[in-house]
Amino acid sequence: MVKEWFHKFSQSSRAQLFFIITYVLVTCLGLYLLEDSASAIFPFLLVLLSLLILYYMKINVKLKWAIGFIIIAVMIPLSASQGSNFQAFMDVGTLVLIYVAMSLGLNIVVGFAGLLDLGFIAFFAVGAYTYGIFGSKQANHFMPFGHYPLPGDTFWIFIFVGAIIAAIFGILLGIPVLRVRGDYLAIVTLGFGEIIRIVFNNMDHPINITNGSMGISQIQPPRIFGYPIDTPSEFYYVALFIFILVIYVVKHLENSKLGRSWKAVRDNEIAAQAMGIPLVKTKLAAFAIGASFSGMMGTVFAAKQMFVDATSFTYLESTMILVMVILGGMGSVPGVILGAAVVIILNNQVLTDLSNWMTSLSTAGILNVPDALSPSKMQRFIFGILLVVFALYRTQGLIPHKNKKVDAERLKREAAAEPPYGNSEAKTNLEGSDS
Amino acid sequence: MLQHIIQLLPQVLVDGITLGFVYAVVAIGYTMVYGILELINFAHGDIFMTGAFIGSGFLFLFISLGLMSSLPALLVFLIVIILSAMITGGMGVAIERVAYRPLRKRNAPKLIALITSIGISFILEDLVRFIAEWKTGNYIVTAPSLFNHTFTIDIHSIMPFFNNAKFQSSFIVVLVVTIIMLIGLDLFVNKTKWGMAMRAVAQDRETASLMTINVNRVISVTFFVGSALGGATGVLFMLQYGTIDPYIGFILGIKAFTAAVLGGIGNIRGAMFGGLMLGLIEMFAAANLSTLTGGLFGSEYKDVFAFIILILVLIFKPEGLFGKATIEKV
Repeated sequence: MVKEWFHKFSQSSRAQLFFIITYVLVTCLGLYLLEDSASAIFPFLLVLLSLLILYYMKINVKLKWAIGFIIIAVMIPLSASQGSNFQAFMDVGTLVLIYVAMSLGLNIVVGFAGLLDLGFIAFFAVGAYTYGIFGSKQANHFMPFGHYPLPGDTFWIFIFVGAIIAAIFGILLGIPVLRVRGDYLAIVTLGFGEIIRIVFNNMDHPINITNGSMGISQIQPPRIFGYPIDTPSEFYYVALFIFILVIYVVKHLENSKLGRSWKAVRDNEIAAQAMGIPLVKTKLAAFAIGASFSGMMGTVFAAKQMFVDATSFTYLESTMILVMVILGGMGSVPGVILGAAVVIILNNQVLTDLSNWMTSLSTAGILNVPDALSPSKMQRFIFGILLVVFALYRTQGLIPHKNKKVDAERLKREAAAEPPYGNSEAKTNLEGSDS
Repeated sequence: MLQHIIQLLPQVLVDGITLGFVYAVVAIGYTMVYGILELINFAHGDIFMTGAFIGSGFLFLFISLGLMSSLPALLVFLIVIILSAMITGGMGVAIERVAYRPLRKRNAPKLIALITSIGISFILEDLVRFIAEWKTGNYIVTAPSLFNHTFTIDIHSIMPFFNNAKFQSSFIVVLVVTIIMLIGLDLFVNKTKWGMAMRAVAQDRETASLMTINVNRVISVTFFVGSALGGATGVLFMLQYGTIDPYIGFILGIKAFTAAVLGGIGNIRGAMFGGLMLGLIEMFAAANLSTLTGGLFGSEYKDVFAFIILILVLIFKPEGLFGKATIEKV
């Protein structure tokens, strides 16, 4: 009975549309009303869940994207805007978008091209420092010309400058690394990430470029038409803009020629080479494109935090992005988005709330939890468990990747219907080469 | 400048040899596992770290029981190091059972095993941090010292261009114990039946299993030996350097892996040599980098130095200094 009803539901797009709209409206109303209470996290998570439900709905793809966009860009900010937690929620939202874009970048390197990169955060650092140095007084220390900080209007250019510089670093890492295979690659990228971090942490002498371990502070907020962007809710839209750009690029790359050659290289390097795939170009493209996403989000991160120092770019962060990719499913774009959202919300919202709750319990004397066990300190443990469990029991992640299916019958029919001009062309070519 | 470098040389040698032997023993753990499974066991550095913490835990226990005053320090040390080695060895076997064997059975890609080993390393780090913080209130632990008599080699009076070198009595302990371990391991691998089985499995797992070698058991023994050596080295590290925290294993592990690669991965004698060389290079860099570059780069770049060596070796001579180049078969 239920099964039949569900089947009917899954066939009717109108019913599904009605369902998702009601769901979003109800949860948003819940968020709107509960905003100030401590339990505001639940409606917030439920609203986000609507995106996952949307993914599994069987409705027109364009409509799906439109509804998803409306939920992210309008419904969430609108319904959260009334309470005191608004900026905190938007801050988490911005972080989710930043890390989703980064994990999509790592997904290209690890998931599509099969090159395990354990120093991915280095590119994020490069992007962040690029804007940090020129968006603050720091550049005055070594630049022979110009007056710094550059005005916040240049931030929009720096998004792309950050992307390009990160891509250059990606290629610089890629060139030597191409000679190295498999698990050696992992350790070389790890070393690279550490080198970048140590160098940034010590470049206050002989020339003061990064201000060493003091970090760079007072970074200019971005400005658009003279209007400064400095609250998390405004950064949310900046991150959203880049996120949409990244999604667009990834979606188009995935099934393009380049995307298919990445997957071929991942599955069997030698066979791919034999099929005429240029190994060097393909791998370098993966490194460069993955790094550029990370670099773009680095500039946003620097502008948002208004402060950069090397402690934000440790090995733990690199692994965190790897956890996102593994958790979501290597090579699966919707999976990686889900994985990144889950990890960030777990890390920044759920664990903090849980720790606060446990502290309040122990001050009330109900339950005595040692401070060392406070969930916000157990990050590594939780990530470790996630990595092991998913690697052992669900290697393909939360949403396994699907290869685009080609309808062979339809292709054959089309080929039969079309005039065989391809053949005649080949013939003329042959004749041409003979003469 | 040269004079300054030469003056410091005896101290650099003493410090470099200490660190080098630590690297050498940890590198052996990497090289043995890699030789057999072709897996970088990221958790190995953290097993070393766990060994250090277990050792200090035993020392604290002995102090609270009042055994320290009644027993000679050397005996206490021997009990602690053997107990710690047994426990970490058991941990190594358990980790292999839980995290690597199921993957091997499934014939999963190597990438997946690497990821589980990273996960295990994170779990170990946080568990140790939790226990240390819970028991002592701080995860950075200062271990009780057993051997802290300071010696001075009065080399200055014989060769006036050298400065004197100082070392603690723990230096001698580290030196003697690591040399015993290295020789013991070399004999074990080259002279015993188990050692022969290990070499056979490393060479060709399938053929070895046809020759009635129980491959899974050999792998377990390898993990036991490697992890026990790693844990014992952790205890030595704690005695030598005093302060330990749960994150020492990560960076030391990478450097030990560098040492293993330097000597040719899978090659046990190579790993010993690579470790010693890396320790000397690192201490030399730490002491002289700022003199050599005229103050441009200080000793904070010594880690960068180790990583650059790793990357250069992997790019230009991936088979290491003593390894044989392999050809990938299709």
